[in-house]
Amino acid sequence: MSEKIATREAYGKALVDLGAQNDKVVVLDADLAGATMTKYFKAAHPDRFYDCGIAEANMMNIAAGLSTMGLIPYCSTFAMFGAGRAYEQIRNSIAYPKFNVKICCSHAGVSVGEDGGSHQSVEDIGLMRIIPGMTVIVPADANEARKATFALAEFQGPVYMRLARLATPVFEEDYPFQIGKANVLREGKDAVVFACGLMVNEALEAAKLLAAEGIEITVVNMHTIKPLDAECVLKYAQQCGNVITVEEHSVIGGLGDAVADALMGKVCCKFRKIGINDQFGQSGKAADVLREYGLTADQIAAQIKETL
Amino acid sequence: MNTAELSSVCKQVRRDIINMIANAGSGHPGGSLSMVELMTSVFYNHMRIDPQNPKDPNRDRFVLSKGHAAPCYYAVLAELGFISRDELANFRQLHSILQGHPDCKKVPGVDASTGSLGQGCSIAVGMALGAKQLGKDTKVYTILGDGECQEGQIWEAFMAANHYKLDNLTIIIDNNGLQIDGSNDEVMSLGDLPAKLRAFGFDFYEIDGNDLDDIEKALSAPVVSGKPRCILAHTVKGKGVSFMENQAGWHGKAPNEEQRAQALRELEG
Repeated sequence: MSEKIATREAYGKALVDLGAQNDKVVVLDADLAGATMTKYFKAAHPDRFYDCGIAEANMMNIAAGLSTMGLIPYCSTFAMFGAGRAYEQIRNSIAYPKFNVKICCSHAGVSVGEDGGSHQSVEDIGLMRIIPGMTVIVPADANEARKATFALAEFQGPVYMRLARLATPVFEEDYPFQIGKANVLREGKDAVVFACGLMVNEALEAAKLLAAEGIEITVVNMHTIKPLDAECVLKYAQQCGNVITVEEHSVIGGLGDAVADALMGKVCCKFRKIGINDQFGQSGKAADVLREYGLTADQIAAQIKETL
Repeated sequence: MNTAELSSVCKQVRRDIINMIANAGSGHPGGSLSMVELMTSVFYNHMRIDPQNPKDPNRDRFVLSKGHAAPCYYAVLAELGFISRDELANFRQLHSILQGHPDCKKVPGVDASTGSLGQGCSIAVGMALGAKQLGKDTKVYTILGDGECQEGQIWEAFMAANHYKLDNLTIIIDNNGLQIDGSNDEVMSLGDLPAKLRAFGFDFYEIDGNDLDDIEKALSAPVVSGKPRCILAHTVKGKGVSFMENQAGWHGKAPNEEQRAQALRELEG
């Protein structure tokens, strides 16, 4: 895992190739093309790129209208302004009519870093997951972000994809991506960790630290938060007895709650959610901010040990 | 359709509006009645549509941005044969396709789900932009409420319509001057609306929105290349029913049986 690439970067580059293959793909941004990385698509396919200016609500509904004409709009801004500011536009004008719009928001979570709490969405997974019929995807690395970007075009219906600003390690192992099908990256008998996004890598590193102490954990990349791979959750919860979720998101409403919902009344196990504990983020270097909120590998390993 | 024929359709649509809302015991008569001439003119004389093939990819598109005027929409769709007239009796009832606000998943002839104010105009912009992208000659029509123009997003849509030079888009503002809490001017004045609309760069018309000839002139004027059309249509809220006309109180209230009977008497012929 030497190379580091941000999922937003992989998304932006994938859009270029997807656009070359599929002329129905159009991309919209709200004056953040240089940050969400839709700038690559803008350069490659300028006639299919729409900069809607700093008007996210309007952008979401324009995307809705474009989709009714048979186009496949990919709509990008920061998670705060997409899932946050334009929540009701997504809810009423995209999800309610089941329009085929792909909402791909970068700069999610506290790893945004220096911009601070106002720009660090720790609620977007919850906001999107609660909408009936919405599909929610959080790629763990650049390879997965690329695969997901292509998969979205083949999938009919509204999707929210959460992308990160921070460049993070690209997994050496290549594995298939299928919406709704979790990937088990490592197996161990003592506990199962369900993680998403940047926390998948941290969980894998935590697993290595724990292995050195003789604790073997299963690590599952839960890239699709909704529809959740409940079968996988139940199987490993039964097998391991200890269940931990890790996400760069509030512990309220995100992956942890989705896993808890799947387990409720089905499996008797120890359960712990690791994430942002009902608070806003703050400015700082991404690595420092992640450490402040207990989301680095060694901190995660310590919390897992505490749970066992 | 000529003015006399269209006028007769308008009467039927108004009777349907009254009956639907009275049957349901709730709904929005004022803003449904004010836009009857606007909607019938667009649907009967200007849109390329086929009730037998409501999903025809080459059809023109319509978005009722002021979605609460759904009774007018449904009545027109029933008159045209998109939906059965019998269905009108189920308006706002459990399991009906005719939701309180239009749901495009359920109703043939409805191109967008609306009702949350401020959003429909942007959807229409997206449709017009999509038509341009695909090289289609599709025309897109949308009707907005004047009170709805208090939503900031409407002005984002106006900006975008002009930025993208959407001359295949016609935006009609049903300017009846009233909203739930009172007159537009009392609640939140829209100021000099004609000047604002002109300043945005529209191919702009100001008309009597209850006058079929006036509407026809504005809708059939030649397209100005690169300019979206905006028609500020002055209308009477509750038009056609004497006790509802110009009364903000009839924005979202159903007539009782006595009021229904009186309204239908006034709308005979």
